[in-house]
Parts: sequence; C-alpha cells; structure tokens
Amino acid sequence: MAKFFAITIIVIAIASAIPIVRHTWWLAPDISTHGAPIDEQMSETMAEAGVSFLVSQILLAIFIWRFSQPRPGGKIKNFPGGAMGLVIGAFLLVGTEVLALGAFGAKAWASIYFTPPAPNALPVQVQAGQFAFYFRYPGPDGKFGPIHPNLISETNENFYGIDQTHDADSKDDIVTAEMAIPVNREIQLLMHSKDVGHSFFVPELRIQQDFVPGLDLSMHFTATKIGRYEIVCTQLCGLGHYNMKAYLSVLSPEDFDAWMKKEAALQ
Amino acid sequence: MHDSTAHEVHHAPPSSFLRKHVFSLDHKVIGKQYYALALVAVLVGMVLSWLMRLHLGWTSLAIPGLHLLSKTGAPGDVMTPEYYLQLMTMHATIMVFFVLTTAPFAAFGNYFLPIQVGAEDMPFPRFNMMSFWVTCTAFVVLVASFFVGDGPTLGGWTQYAPLSAVGSVAGPGEGMGVVLWASSIAIFCIGQLLGSLNFITTTLDMRTKGMSLWRLPITTWGWFVTSLMGLTAFAVLMPACILLILDHVAGTSFFVPSNLVLNDQLQPHAGGSTLLWQHLFWFFGHPEVYIAIVPGMGIVSHVLITNMRRPMLSHRTLIYSFGALAVLSYMVYGHHMFVSGMNPVSSIVFSFPTLIITIPSTIVVLIWIGSLYGSKLRTNTACLFSLGFISMFITGGISGFFLAQPSIDIMLHATYFVVGHFHMVMGVAAMFGIFAGTYFWFPKMYGRMMNETLGKIHFWLTFVGAYCIFMPFHYLGLAGNVRRYQAFVADYMQPLIPVHKFITVAALATGAAQLIFLYNLFYSRYRGAVAPANPWQATSLEWSTPSSPPPFDNFGGKLPTVYHDPYQYGVEGSSGDYVMQDSPEQIQSVRDEA
Repeated sequence: MAKFFAITIIVIAIASAIPIVRHTWWLAPDISTHGAPIDEQMSETMAEAGVSFLVSQILLAIFIWRFSQPRPGGKIKNFPGGAMGLVIGAFLLVGTEVLALGAFGAKAWASIYFTPPAPNALPVQVQAGQFAFYFRYPGPDGKFGPIHPNLISETNENFYGIDQTHDADSKDDIVTAEMAIPVNREIQLLMHSKDVGHSFFVPELRIQQDFVPGLDLSMHFTATKIGRYEIVCTQLCGLGHYNMKAYLSVLSPEDFDAWMKKEAALQ
Repeated sequence: MHDSTAHEVHHAPPSSFLRKHVFSLDHKVIGKQYYALALVAVLVGMVLSWLMRLHLGWTSLAIPGLHLLSKTGAPGDVMTPEYYLQLMTMHATIMVFFVLTTAPFAAFGNYFLPIQVGAEDMPFPRFNMMSFWVTCTAFVVLVASFFVGDGPTLGGWTQYAPLSAVGSVAGPGEGMGVVLWASSIAIFCIGQLLGSLNFITTTLDMRTKGMSLWRLPITTWGWFVTSLMGLTAFAVLMPACILLILDHVAGTSFFVPSNLVLNDQLQPHAGGSTLLWQHLFWFFGHPEVYIAIVPGMGIVSHVLITNMRRPMLSHRTLIYSFGALAVLSYMVYGHHMFVSGMNPVSSIVFSFPTLIITIPSTIVVLIWIGSLYGSKLRTNTACLFSLGFISMFITGGISGFFLAQPSIDIMLHATYFVVGHFHMVMGVAAMFGIFAGTYFWFPKMYGRMMNETLGKIHFWLTFVGAYCIFMPFHYLGLAGNVRRYQAFVADYMQPLIPVHKFITVAALATGAAQLIFLYNLFYSRYRGAVAPANPWQATSLEWSTPSSPPPFDNFGGKLPTVYHDPYQYGVEGSSGDYVMQDSPEQIQSVRDEA
C-alpha cells in the first residue's frame, strides 16, 4: 500500500510538471515593452517552484516507501541534522529564494507602475460599465470634455455623459466600442467605472488593472505588434460578466489615423 | 501549570432528550452537532459544485430537475448566467464558512480540545451551546436566500462593493440576497467569537494537573492558535457585514462612492469607499485561510505521529511555526489587492510578508517529511489522508510563490490559477485533514471502527481525483482563463473548453467517491466493529477516558494527572513502544531536541 502510494505521488508529480515544461498551456505571447521582466520573473519562479515541488514530493514518496516496512524491534532514527538543521535549511534556502524573488519582482513591478508616461503618450479614456467597455479619444484639441454622470444614458447612447452642446472640449471627442491604438506609441490609459468594479485584462499586453468606482486610475503601455487582441473583464461585475469584452486593434500609424477619421465621421 | 481542582466545571448529567441531544451543554455533543452541520453543508456545497461544473463543461446542458430549485434561474432546466454566479457564490460561502471553518476547528476542536487538556468541559458551556445554534441559524439564513426574492446573491464570496452594496439594481440577488448573505455571515461571526473565547479559556485555564502548555498535543495548539486568529478576524468581518447591511437598509454609503450610474439611474449614494470593503474583508479573509488550515495541520501532525510511532522532530518548532503563520497572516492580506487600484507601493510592501510566510510553512512541511525519516510508518486510512494532506499542501503552497509577487499577479490574478491554488491549499488539504481526523477519532466518538477497506478506496479515488480536478486549474490560469465566468466566449478561451470538460468528469467522479465515505460513516456508526479502548496505541488524553464515547464528564469524575510530554513513542526502557500522558510509569522521556 505504502509503496503504491509512493509511486502514485511520483507519477502525479511528474505528470503535473510535463505540461508546464512543454508549455502546453502558457502565457500568451508578449506584445508590450514592459512585459519582458514579468515573463522572466514568471520563468524564474516556475523553475524554482518546479524544483521545490518535485524535490519535496519525491522526498515525501521516498520516505513513505522506505520507512513503511515493518521493522520489529528497530529503533527510531532522526533525520541527519535534526529539526534545527531543517529550520536553518528552510531559512537559508527558502529565505534567500523568496527574498530574491521579492526583490526582482519588486523591480519588475516598479518598472511598470513607478514610471511616468512619456509626454507624447496618446491619451485614451476607457470607461467600464455593466457589461461593456467604451473608449474615448480626445480628438484634435487633445482635451477630454467633462463627464456629467446625470447625462449617462445607454438609451440615448450617451455612454460617457458628455454634453457636446455646451462643453467646447467635448465637441470633438470620439467615443468608440472598440479600442484601437497605434503600434510602438505609448498609450496613457485613463480608467474609470460608471457603476461597479470591473477590470481591464489584456494577456498579450501584460496588463491587468481593476476599475475602482469613485477613483480615476491611469496606466501606460506600448504595444509592439500589430494585431487584434481581446480585452476581458476579470472583476466580477454581475450577470453579464463573462460576456464583458472588447477588441483591441493595434494598427500601423497610417491605419490608426484612418480608423480615427472613420470613427470621427460616425460621431 | 494549573491546579485543576480550582477550575472544574460541574454540570449534572443531562436528563431530558432536549438537553441530551439538542440543546446540549456537553462539548462532545456540540462537537458532533458541528460535524453534522458541516456534513450537511459539504453535501450542499458539493452538489452546487457539480451543477457548476456541468454548466462549465456543457453550457447549454439541461440538468434534469434544476428548475425545481429555481424556475427563473433554470428555465427548461438550463442554468442562466446569473444563476451560475448565484450557485457559485453559495458554493464558496458554504464551503469556506460552514465546512472548512466549522469541521476542523469547531467540530473536532469542541469534541477533543477539552479532553486533550484533561478538562471535563469548557468553562462556558452555555456560550458553547449558543455558538453552535447561532452558527446553525447562520446556515439557515444563508440557505433561505435560495427561496427568497430573486435568489441568492451573485457577488462571489468576497462580495466586492459596490456591486454588493447598491441593491437589486446591480443584478439578481443583489438586494435581499446580499442582506441575507451579510446577515448570515455576521451571525456566523458571533458563533465563532463565542467558540474562540471558549477554546482560549479552556486551553489556558482548564488544563489538568501536570498539563503544562508544552505538554499539550499539537492538535490543541492548532485549535488554540486558530481561536486566537478567530477572535480577531471575525471581530473585523462582523462590523463590515453590518455596515454592508446598513448600506442596503439604512441609506448609508459606507462602500458606495458618489456618481454611480446603474441602469441609467444616478444612484442616491455619496462619499463611500469601495476599497474600504476590500481592506476590511481581506483583513479577515487571509487569516481565514489559516483558520481553515491550521487545525488541519494540527490534526495531520497528531495522526502522523501516532502512525509513525515517533514524535515529530520538534514539537516546539511546529508550535512556533503555527504562531508565525498566525501573526504573518494579518500582514499579507494586501496580496489579494495587488491590481485593485490601491497604491502600487502597498503591493510591494504586502508582497514581502507574503513571500516570508512561506518560511514557517516550509518549516512545517520539512518537519513532517523529516520526521517520516527513520519512522515506523503504519499506512492506515487516517495516515494516508494525512500523507495526502502533505502532498496537497506542498502543491497548493508552492503556487503561492507566484501569487505573492505583484508583477506575476498581473497575469494570474482572477484566473483559474488562483482557484487552483486555494482549492489545493485550503480546500482539498483541509478536507484531507477532516477525513484524517474522522477516520482517526471515529472509534473514540462512536465506540466503533470505520471500515478500513472502504476507507482506502475512498482515499485513493479522492487523492487521484483531487489532482485531476485542481492541477489543470493552474494550466488554465496560465493560459489566461478568467474565473467566475459562466461560459468562455472570448476567442482565446475557446481552446480551453476541453480542459474544463475533463475537469467536470473528474469532479463528478471524485464527488461520487465521497458517497463511499458517507456510507462508511453511517454504516460504521451502527454496524462497525466495536473499537478497542485505544485502537491506534496513542498517547494523548482522549484515549484515557473510561469509555468510547467518553462519559458526559469525560473522565468519569476523576480528572487525570499528566506525567509526560504528549508523544512518548519509541521509548527506551518502557514496556511497550509508547507511554500514555497520564501513565505514572517512570521513563527516560523522549525529549524535544530543539
């Protein structure tokens, strides 16, 4: 029984590791300028965690195998080095490991969150609401008009609550249901929610950030590969949560300008 | 060390049926009542998970009879998106509160903590009775939400505001459903606070003669540390729930900011903070993880020691590690909020204690594995579940390395990776602790043995099944599969649906295997072989009672005197390979080497 159990543990441990090693299911390819340290951090953590996982499971299995045989009259033996050895080992090995991971991870985090956006970054506003994202571009004047929550209306398709009649800055604002951005240009994403909590997750962009009702948040990023990607909501927001998504098109600068013109004409 | 005579609780043997079986003051009956409640709750929770898994594998599948549960939630027996979320919320709430907190802590703790310290009961038996009936009421209130208004809340067990705070305009169940949920949890907190008070005072004040703190079995330490966490964590969750209820019924705006627009209506709230709820919730929520798992660690250690026929390498190191886990558990809660919009500096601050908490966890695991070395391991069902616990805890714990780092959390937050992590480390592992405790203590609780063959079949199916269910969750998470979706409509999630189907089959099979346990439990209760007084040749005081189950005052009117450390196995110069704690036999004690 014990030997069979030991073998089962080893088989499960190795079988569990195979899809990880083969990257059968893995992170989507990175298309951001800030994603490399995240991916590196992920790979390093996976290597360290993988070794810890396999070593501890296999050790568990070996000891179960080895010490479950009846040894009548045999004496109890202590693990070489005893508890103190294990405690010191845990502090040294795991302590060093986690501090290193923590320090490098903090660096990766800081490179994303503690740098200001470039002055020429393209501002794009994103508003989350049950159960859709809407995007706003400031138009030729480069300024977003004010939001009037009392004017927000799905029925009138005034998703942002903007008043184009009275607010000069709003007149050229462009509101879209799909997000398009130019490739290799930094984007400053200005995020707010109109109702409950939502989140903005684009796996390829290495971005996930919650929308916090009552707070205006900002992210900045640069996409490096032309293509069509999906933005999904990851913060439970109600019955349509699973279906709250939008497309993100990363376009060449020319295509982006053409898209912008087309959308402006539709306003 | 205490003079036991000053602290004895004398209550007369119960005479009426009600006092004996319903409103009992006996900690053992209350422990069994908690166990029964957890059993009912886990069956409900498991059926809910089956329904969810069926829906996730085959979204348009009609599940025969489902409309009987809710006509609007399952028209034509097909689950609606909102009903999926409602069932999911109930599954999680029931499992976390009424199973993982109730069974290993309240059920086993109530039954065995007083006996293991050598007391005849807890110091506040009426509080103890009240704690169970309050918890039971909380369960009834929660389940009632299935049948009231538009059903239970759909907001997830974390109930993030403002979805949970603005009322029914946010969706089905977000009005009355949330009020019932928050009321249930607030009531539950009262039960846990009363229980924790009793556990703490019993451990500190009711120890029998000779029972110093270091002589307490590791299980008692687990329950004691957990009750310290319970006393502080539930004391924060209860007011948070009350504030949430007030946002619904009293027009307050604790968790709702200004200018929210739902259904084209400007909401009449102003000035609240949505992040405040998250801080309050997770200040409870993370210690809760340890409230669920530390009693299991204690149980597993206790069962392993008995079956290894040796003490752990260091009893005290385990205790210090439990303490370190408890203290650190309050400093890590912000790792649930890395991408929540809180100050990104806080994310780094919270990531370090989260990483550091792996050190005491690792020490516990290494002590377990290191103690296996050179032991004389017996592989009965209780021991197999304990060893399974270690395997699951390693697997679930190691995925914590990833989630402790904010930069990696960008990719894994709110994905199935998180779901896999917590199911392994606090769900399955804690369940294995409950199973180990059940197979181990059943002879003491009912005077009969559980069937070992059935137990082993149950173990094998559960162990392999749990890995088949929860390991793939991690792969799904790496691929970006978002949790709390009732269907996977995003293009990049389509290829992942076959994995979900595999998980569903594994979940149904593993769930069915639990029926073997259920059968064994009830069959053995009435037909099991009569248990010897000390079937596992164990040393702690629960095996020193005059009968199984013990009499109402535990030790038949004469409290034991303790002479030894808790785990005197492999004692040189002794007549057997173990010496019980209350045996006056003079021995060369097996000392704690640390």
